[in-house]
Amino acid sequence: MSDARENGDRDKQQTNEAALSARLQRLNESLGHARTGRSSDDPGADRATNAAGYAKGFRLSSELVAGVVVGAGLGWLIDRLLGISPWGLIIFLLLGFAAGVLNVMRTAGVVAGTALDDSTRGNRNQ
Amino acid sequence: MQVDPIHQFQINNLIPLATMGGHQFNFTNSALMMFIIVGLISTLLIGATMPRAVVPGRLQAIAEISYEFVANTVKSSAGTEGMKFFPFVFTLFMFVLFANLIGLIPYSFTVTSQLIVTASLALLVFVIVVGYGFWRNGLHFLNLFVPKGVPKAILPAIVIIEVLSFLSRPVSHSVRLFANMLAGHITLQVFAGFIIMLAGAGILGVFGAVLPFIMVVLLTALELLVAFLQAYVFAILTCIYLNDAIHPGH
Repeated sequence: MSDARENGDRDKQQTNEAALSARLQRLNESLGHARTGRSSDDPGADRATNAAGYAKGFRLSSELVAGVVVGAGLGWLIDRLLGISPWGLIIFLLLGFAAGVLNVMRTAGVVAGTALDDSTRGNRNQ
Repeated sequence: MQVDPIHQFQINNLIPLATMGGHQFNFTNSALMMFIIVGLISTLLIGATMPRAVVPGRLQAIAEISYEFVANTVKSSAGTEGMKFFPFVFTLFMFVLFANLIGLIPYSFTVTSQLIVTASLALLVFVIVVGYGFWRNGLHFLNLFVPKGVPKAILPAIVIIEVLSFLSRPVSHSVRLFANMLAGHITLQVFAGFIIMLAGAGILGVFGAVLPFIMVVLLTALELLVAFLQAYVFAILTCIYLNDAIHPGH
């Protein structure tokens, strides 16, 4: 009787082990898929974006500032040429700010577009 | 003892060349540095490729690695069609890289820490992108400013924003490189100045000076990374802008 119980326990243990190893194998497989998927990404783009967060942060801030500066400069120029002083500056400063935000979102890859970032390139029409 | 962190960026006139319309044209230390950079790159690359060995030596390996590195960058961001701009991108990359690296040598002059130099390079890229875009695509190049699937009502505002975004490219392109170099070199100089000031403050100061010294060593390593990274970013952005000229509305 005790023999039978022992056998039953052993069987149960074996099925448990089999299930565990099967699960481990599945996990390994899916991990392997994820890894290969990651490593097949463009290494150049990875290097550009991930090598230093410092560079990326600087890039984003300079994009925003550039948009605002260009908008303000263009508005000021239009004011001088057309003599409609403060309106050109006001409107183009706001538009420049919008352009700066657009630049930042494109660089960060949030918005697809004339991609400044590799990963979003070619998604303009999608 | 005071250290002036801005002094390193001073332009000195070496040889007066001409006076035109009340403006003086001089051969400056900045111009000298650029000649040195171009000479160094030419000597290195021409000298390295002279042996034309199948199994490259050290110098030839450097030349081949830099060639392949830039070629891969161009291909991955501007496509194979972008390879006709490879000489341009390679020249830009090597010039910026060498200017950044040589600038790290004490008592040398960093060409890329002058806004006028980086702005000229960025404007050159901008003019080539606009010129080639119109030459290759005609007026279709303007599709770049008209995103698809935008409601008619807000299209004018979107087009203006897109144009502004396009015009802001040379600004951010040049300011990024310039500001990185300027900020990095000023930081280095300030921390180096701390060493001298502390060391002059007596025996306790000498021990205190170890801290900024460690900082300077670490910052130099960081600057080396930044020098390479900014040259790479400059090149890859050039490629991405060129890609717009090759495939607008894409």
